[in-house]
Amino acid sequence: MTLPLPLSSALATDEVFSVRHLTATVKRLIEGSLGPIWVRGEVLQCRAPLSGHWYFVLRDPAAQVRCCMWRTYAERAGRPPADGTEVFVLGRPAMYESKGEFQFLVTRILPTAAIGQQQRALEQVKAALERDGLFDAARKRPLPRYPSRVVVVTSTDGAALSDIVTVARSRWPAAELLVVASRVQGEGAAADLVAALRRVNRLDAQLCIVGRGGGGREDLAAFNDEAVCRALAAVRVPTVSAVGHETDVTLADLVADVRAPTPSAAAELAFPDVRAVRRLVGDLGARLAGGLSRRTRLAAERLERTGDRLEAAIEAGLTHRRQLANRLAAQLDALSPLGVLERGYAVPRDGAGRVLRRRADFPPGLPFSLRVADGDVPARAE
Amino acid sequence: MSRPPVDPSAGQPSLADDLARLEEIVRRLEAEDLDLDGALALFEQGVASLRSARERLAAAEVRVRTVLEEANGTLRLGELDG
Repeated sequence: MTLPLPLSSALATDEVFSVRHLTATVKRLIEGSLGPIWVRGEVLQCRAPLSGHWYFVLRDPAAQVRCCMWRTYAERAGRPPADGTEVFVLGRPAMYESKGEFQFLVTRILPTAAIGQQQRALEQVKAALERDGLFDAARKRPLPRYPSRVVVVTSTDGAALSDIVTVARSRWPAAELLVVASRVQGEGAAADLVAALRRVNRLDAQLCIVGRGGGGREDLAAFNDEAVCRALAAVRVPTVSAVGHETDVTLADLVADVRAPTPSAAAELAFPDVRAVRRLVGDLGARLAGGLSRRTRLAAERLERTGDRLEAAIEAGLTHRRQLANRLAAQLDALSPLGVLERGYAVPRDGAGRVLRRRADFPPGLPFSLRVADGDVPARAE
Repeated sequence: MSRPPVDPSAGQPSLADDLARLEEIVRRLEAEDLDLDGALALFEQGVASLRSARERLAAAEVRVRTVLEEANGTLRLGELDG
């Protein structure tokens, strides 16, 4: 059944684990496979020595596990839990190699009774805000398309601000960001946020992003605070919430005009992509030029049509006048003495050029000339 | 609570104004039956908006400033460190 002990094997040193090798291997197995998890149980044998670390056992009817809470976390948690307290603990499993013990490293501890109380308080606030219409879809405002000034309400320590600035730099260099600093967790965070949100209304901006960095499942109480939610609702410009907490939706998320899962996502919603806007401006420029040239072409065509009509009118007038002139000329011809001569008549005149009209004007032997159509003919009376 | 906004550039036309005006001008130029003078006047306004929009988009760098409250309650804009 069991493997033979490979004493004679050349590979012996490879196949026999040292204790250290064993614990290190187990450590890798248990620490690599589970992230932070919440565990519910009852606290037993809690010790809080001078080192500041807490040690206790967490158990339920079927099993138990040793827990350790390092000083950094224990200090934040306040007082050590009394034995028998029902709690939720957040932590991750670990291997304590020098003792060969499996333990649970706790970062947060919450009495279940407190959770119940917090939950009830949250429900009350939510009901009050809902009654006052702060979650109504009808009061959601659209975000401005091209915000030039955006207020960011957040902590200046967290990653949220730098995430937002990074996205703004890549998408919308025309933006100006006004940062209103506020604590976002812990004691005083809610009051800070209320004051910061009120300041937003004294700034000339088009949009407000309020949020905090993502990462761990930190305390979100400030974003569920009633006064914070009401101050957020009173911000005069559209608001984007970015509480950096993909799974939990805070009441502030419900009040904001738009909820973004992270600060980066909020910035992407808030800022248009400058490349797309440049394309739009280019298109509008082309359409502007196109619009004008179409108008000029239409005007030119219209002018041409008007010109054609004018010419036709002048032409018609000229023809009329030409015909009139011809007719008048013909009448003039008819009246001209040359015209009479043309018909075969002749005009007799004496040497002095006087026209001879009667018989008495022609004594026998008088020389005279006859004017015919094409010239004078010399003649003598008989 | 009715203190004036801290920003001296308040009320100046923004990129949003430029683009909205430009879109409106292009729409009218394309849709309306305008005489040549009217079209030229619109075109000139459009070119002004276009130029203004381009200048704004050419702005080099995101500006980040922090809002500080003085002891007397007035707001002041300061440069953000880092």
